[in-house]
Amino acid sequence: MQLDFLSPTQVVIHILFYRLWPVWVAMAVLMGLSFRYRKRLGLYGQLYDSGVGISGIALLSFWFFAAVFSSYVSPFDPLDQIAVMRNALPGAIEPQSGLPFLLGGDKLARDVFSRVIDGSRIVLLIAPLATLVALTVGITLGLPAGYFGKKTDSTLSFLANLVLAFPVILLFYLLVSPEIVETGLPRQTAGVFFAFPVILACMAFGTRYAGRPLLLAIQLLVVLAVTYWLYSTFVFFDDPFGQIQVTASTLNIFVAVVFASSPGVFRIVRGLVMDIKTRDYVAAAQTRGENPWYIMVWEVLPNARGPLIVDACLRIGYTTILLGTLGFFGLGMPPESPDWGTTIKDGSQLLRAYVHPALPPAIALMSFVLGLNLLADALREESMKD
Amino acid sequence: MLSFIARRLGVMLLTMICLTFVVFYLVNLEPNLKKLALTQTNSRATQEQIDSWLQRYGYRDPFLLRYAEWMGLWPKQPAVDAQGKAIPRFSYCGDTVTPRLSGVLQGDFGCSTKFRTTVGKKLFPALEATGILMFWVMMVMIPGALIIGVLAGMREGSKTDRTLSVVAIGSTATPEYVSGVIFTVIFATWLGWFNGSAASATSRGITFVNFTLPVMTLAIYGMGYIARMTRASMVEVMTAQYIRTARLKGLRFRAVVLKHALRNALIAPFTVIMLQFPWLLTGVVVVEIMFRYQGFGYTLVEAAGNNDIDLLLGCSLVSVFIVLITQLISDVGYAFLNPRIRVQ
Repeated sequence: MQLDFLSPTQVVIHILFYRLWPVWVAMAVLMGLSFRYRKRLGLYGQLYDSGVGISGIALLSFWFFAAVFSSYVSPFDPLDQIAVMRNALPGAIEPQSGLPFLLGGDKLARDVFSRVIDGSRIVLLIAPLATLVALTVGITLGLPAGYFGKKTDSTLSFLANLVLAFPVILLFYLLVSPEIVETGLPRQTAGVFFAFPVILACMAFGTRYAGRPLLLAIQLLVVLAVTYWLYSTFVFFDDPFGQIQVTASTLNIFVAVVFASSPGVFRIVRGLVMDIKTRDYVAAAQTRGENPWYIMVWEVLPNARGPLIVDACLRIGYTTILLGTLGFFGLGMPPESPDWGTTIKDGSQLLRAYVHPALPPAIALMSFVLGLNLLADALREESMKD
Repeated sequence: MLSFIARRLGVMLLTMICLTFVVFYLVNLEPNLKKLALTQTNSRATQEQIDSWLQRYGYRDPFLLRYAEWMGLWPKQPAVDAQGKAIPRFSYCGDTVTPRLSGVLQGDFGCSTKFRTTVGKKLFPALEATGILMFWVMMVMIPGALIIGVLAGMREGSKTDRTLSVVAIGSTATPEYVSGVIFTVIFATWLGWFNGSAASATSRGITFVNFTLPVMTLAIYGMGYIARMTRASMVEVMTAQYIRTARLKGLRFRAVVLKHALRNALIAPFTVIMLQFPWLLTGVVVVEIMFRYQGFGYTLVEAAGNNDIDLLLGCSLVSVFIVLITQLISDVGYAFLNPRIRVQ
């Protein structure tokens, strides 16, 4: 069957105006308002003073809004296979709906454009969440290691170095497989990992508000409720609100990524704490007779936030790359998943014949990580100025 | 210094024992053993057949005993056939029917069930192939990164600095599987200069045409990171007092950079380059799969995909060793290069 095609100019116009307009509008509103009021927005506002910062924010907000509006932006379902469109070139018009496959079709006749846009949802959900959990794990273990030193430090550092000595790829091959899911290991590990945010929150509230039992009780109840939700949703796959469906293989990926990146956070936190604990305000708190955990969470940690924020930005990027690696090796993700790593893998097998299925996800992943790196760079520059 | 190295080697040994223990545990999880038994008998084997195979080939022995056998602390036992007579475990590896001490400590890494040969015979040629790839990557990556870093760092804030910094940030945002795709599209599909596959490098030897793309792909990701570290180090050195002195006594800028700044600016990147090895290991796996080059990464993927226990253990041992030894070299080397550092 003969397909009709849009011309390259029409393809560009379609993508930029017909499809992506909600993203542009949202970006314009966000960045316009932020730029206007940048003087009052603190550290975030200062980012608008440099070109690097603005381009970082632009790239990130583009992908953020693309993920948010993905159901409006992508014309087709990312899993729909429309047989005539197999390996169709960019701009081919799907006969039934009359809508074009803007970036062509892949080897299973799915719309590449829709898959890239929908893939952003997976990446933008897992990467920041995994980084957040890894951060809490690293902070909870890094604080005592740096503050107490001695035995605590050498034990925890040895464990961290143990994980770091594993090449990431080997770790993934060992930890992410249907066989491992069968043993229930990911669930148990997830159970351990989700304990760290809870411990950190309890420590933070418990040390600060010990003198105000009522307030403390309310805070601990909230923590308990969140813990209940966290565990029932992610560890026992039974969300009480029925909103979020987590599969065992997604949890497997999540756990593996957290496991691979928390030792890095641990090392950074430990180093920062060792530096900060020699400051006068820490000595003052010690003289006041404060609880060591209070000093760690309320005196040391807030003063380590600058480098930690920069590191978190870089780390989300690194986590995205790890997720892509997992997808590229076909580990964990379902084979038809539209995430960027899997799509790159599928496309890269046919590069000699068709380049259009592999290039868009590759560029998408690169631009998202680039945005994060630029943001981290701008944040570092800003923190240097003070 | 010597006691420092000795202590580090001790910790390294302990780490390797712990890690092999963890890997040993993971590859011997019940579902993994079942998968191995299925590929070794036939794919329609019943649960009883699988159990009996695992029993007869010694996979049901106590865990610690089997770890000791693998390490070479306990004699390896032969398998038994259905009648209970001793038979060699894997005849294609030259296993004997008599129990003998033959493990990692004796230099026997075991038997690859996937490639039907000893692990040593499969792993060492693969390592050699990867070594060649790594050598060329280093030859491209290190000079490239140092030049970019030094050029950017010698005049902080200049136009060259800003341009090169953005280039470096861009390269750290491009993992191997992305740059591999982009390079293949540009240089193999569109321009046709290079081969999009290095399969012929394994069979017919390395040429410029089939080896350029893998090397470029692998070099790009690490290059940006090293360049940024070099730049930071260079910027720091250029603000030092002795550089100002050199400038004030009338030396030309080029001489100041080459003779005074460069030597001190290159100490920090040395550590970074050494610590890049573990990252490169992951990259090697991606590139070897993408460009179909049969080296260490390809072997690792095959071993993991087929739950080839001994081969996977061998691969882990090698990669962990590389990671730890490069860490050691970077620490010792740093102390040697920087006279201000003294280890106790």
